[in-house]
Amino acid sequence: MKSNGQLKITHKKDLSFFEKLYITEIFKGIKLTLTQVFRPKFTRQYPEERWNPPASFRGRPVLVEQDGVERCVACGLCARVCPALAIEVQASETEYWKERYPVKFEINMLRCIFCGFCEEVCPEEAIVMSKEYELTFYSQEEAIFGKDKLLVPAEKLKDRLEFLRKYR
Amino acid sequence: MAVITIDGIQYDVDPKLTIIQAAKLQGIKIPHFCWHPKLSVAGNCRMCLVDVGNPRRNRDGTLVQDDKGNNVIDFMPKLAIACSTPVGDGMVVNTKTPKVVNAQEAVMEFLLINHPLDCPICDEAGECKLQDYAYKYSVGQSRFEFDKVRKPKRVELGPRVMLDTERCIMCSRCVRFCNEIAKKPQLTFTQRGDHVELTTFPGVQLDNPYSMNTIDLCPVGALTNKDFRFKARVWEMSATETICVGCARGCNTKMWVRNNEILRLTPRHNPEVNDYWMCDKGRLETFKWVNSDKRIKAPMIRKEGRLMQVGWDEVAAKVASELRHYKKSEIAALGSAFATNEENYAFVKLMKHAGVTNIDFMRHIYQGDEDDILIRADKAPNSAGAKAVGVHQEGTGLGFEGILKGITEGTIKALYSLDEHIAYEPRMAAVLPKLDLFILHASVENETTTYADIVLSTATYAEKNGTFTNFQGQVQRIRPAVAVLENERALNGFSMSRLDKFGSHNDRWTKGLKRDARAIWRTSSRIAGALGAKWKYTSSEEVFNEMTTTLEAFKGMSYLKLSGYGMKLKTTITKSISVPV
Repeated sequence: MKSNGQLKITHKKDLSFFEKLYITEIFKGIKLTLTQVFRPKFTRQYPEERWNPPASFRGRPVLVEQDGVERCVACGLCARVCPALAIEVQASETEYWKERYPVKFEINMLRCIFCGFCEEVCPEEAIVMSKEYELTFYSQEEAIFGKDKLLVPAEKLKDRLEFLRKYR
Repeated sequence: MAVITIDGIQYDVDPKLTIIQAAKLQGIKIPHFCWHPKLSVAGNCRMCLVDVGNPRRNRDGTLVQDDKGNNVIDFMPKLAIACSTPVGDGMVVNTKTPKVVNAQEAVMEFLLINHPLDCPICDEAGECKLQDYAYKYSVGQSRFEFDKVRKPKRVELGPRVMLDTERCIMCSRCVRFCNEIAKKPQLTFTQRGDHVELTTFPGVQLDNPYSMNTIDLCPVGALTNKDFRFKARVWEMSATETICVGCARGCNTKMWVRNNEILRLTPRHNPEVNDYWMCDKGRLETFKWVNSDKRIKAPMIRKEGRLMQVGWDEVAAKVASELRHYKKSEIAALGSAFATNEENYAFVKLMKHAGVTNIDFMRHIYQGDEDDILIRADKAPNSAGAKAVGVHQEGTGLGFEGILKGITEGTIKALYSLDEHIAYEPRMAAVLPKLDLFILHASVENETTTYADIVLSTATYAEKNGTFTNFQGQVQRIRPAVAVLENERALNGFSMSRLDKFGSHNDRWTKGLKRDARAIWRTSSRIAGALGAKWKYTSSEEVFNEMTTTLEAFKGMSYLKLSGYGMKLKTTITKSISVPV
């Protein structure tokens, strides 16, 4: 510990008489335990009782689906900004007015670090962070989410979309 | 020489130049859209506005000086465009004063009024002049509150070029290119004011053999490559400087690769060879076979009528024993005008070692399929180089016709050919089944490989280092852009994209397909080893360095010296060059 540029040496305080007795300290401990028993419980019975995160929560990134198609125009900015290189986008041409769409959109969830940069950079508000936090896989291949797993209707993402409009 | 002052620094420049040219030579960048060094001056984008002043002169022509003895400079009342204002002695040019910066910002604001702001969709994003300048020379705000002018999108201007009229900023580079370089006036503007539209003349398509250069010229995403549209983002690919193999011109190109797959070619500037241009055929038809499913993935030997994959040791030993088995006069060798100088050199050396004197290569001359712009009748990139390293040796052995005759008559029993589709020549296809032994270097499965007894899988021009010699004798470097099994992008000095740099082995987008194909100099060196030769090469550069000492024509060259625009062969191509064994 430093003070006035000099090293100050502190010694551990010696135990007092009652502390040395030991028995008083035991009763102090038991008292704490007993008071906790009668207080309300904090434990969440997890698999049965799930947590619903607030809108600011950054769960796994998903693609917003509107009117049956993705908003994404496959500009590739999310893939470019992704610090973990988790996103792979392959664009293609569509007859739809916006010309361009992702024929392949994959997020490697093992690489994803949930930073939310993809959401921040997206010019179309097409990729957002969802509330989903339960992600387990049996293999590396399974962890690569394609469009089938990524597309989520905009109605289900209302919370997050409103949050983004408000705070961004 | 004229002395001009640009941004306070004096330069000695050629008085025939315009301000933008003079500035470019001095490394000063003046923003511009419509100006291009090889096209006429249009002066319509107004982006290159600069503040120009000339020294005040007396009636007798002497310069007026102030009290301190400095020349008095009269600035023009308005800004002038740097692209069409010629330099003059004593001229003062300001490119960074507030007046100029204001003008640049105003021009950018005007250009962006009707330009759609859909960069996420636009293919040009990343290599777009308008996008770059919007960052450098624009305030990033628009005061325009009204609807943008809507124009047709997805207009097919020709078989290879797509136009998005809304994105066009009317710089007229493409129009001028068609008129001046391709000499085929096919494009024009119609309407007036903000309704100006780029279009083809009635009944005409943008289909000249150089039409795709307009895509490179286009400073925005108005003209796009139909073949490459929406395939990849510019920043996802690596660009390798290499040479086009479409004809003997050897246009300098950039090869754009992602996930070990070639996606497009674009021309690269070389004033000696192709200027800024390349033909559409070279751009579209010289790379797709490199990605093809028909590529030969490993060396093969024919066993019981079928080609079976074998290892390199086995195949080298087999070739060596077969070469020993036949009499020297019964063997013929064919080099290739598609192989590099180094490969042909190593092949000639191997054949010398094996005692084979019947050596030549197949010509690919298509009389009439040429023009006086770039396209040559000789459709192989290295005919001059193959001659220069001695693949064609007059007098000492049989030439191509002689070999053909020899096979027909049965005097030639074995043929060893480099990577070449020789069955494409009908006379050759007719006699190939007569051969006892046909050893072939091949990169793609085709009719020729069906006749082969031994197939040595060969790296294509996109997968190896080397040099090509074009019809002018310009020796130019090719560089590997696609990795084969024996090399790694990071370890072998390939150009790399961000994905290549940071991807790991289990990422799907970094793996790509790697084939067990090798450059011919490497295989030749190995076979020579199996034949008991003392020499061995470990790199293409090593072969080239040996060539510079043994061949007069290549004296004084090195890979480093060739890395720019290339170098001319020292002597005119001699008839016969001796290669030491």
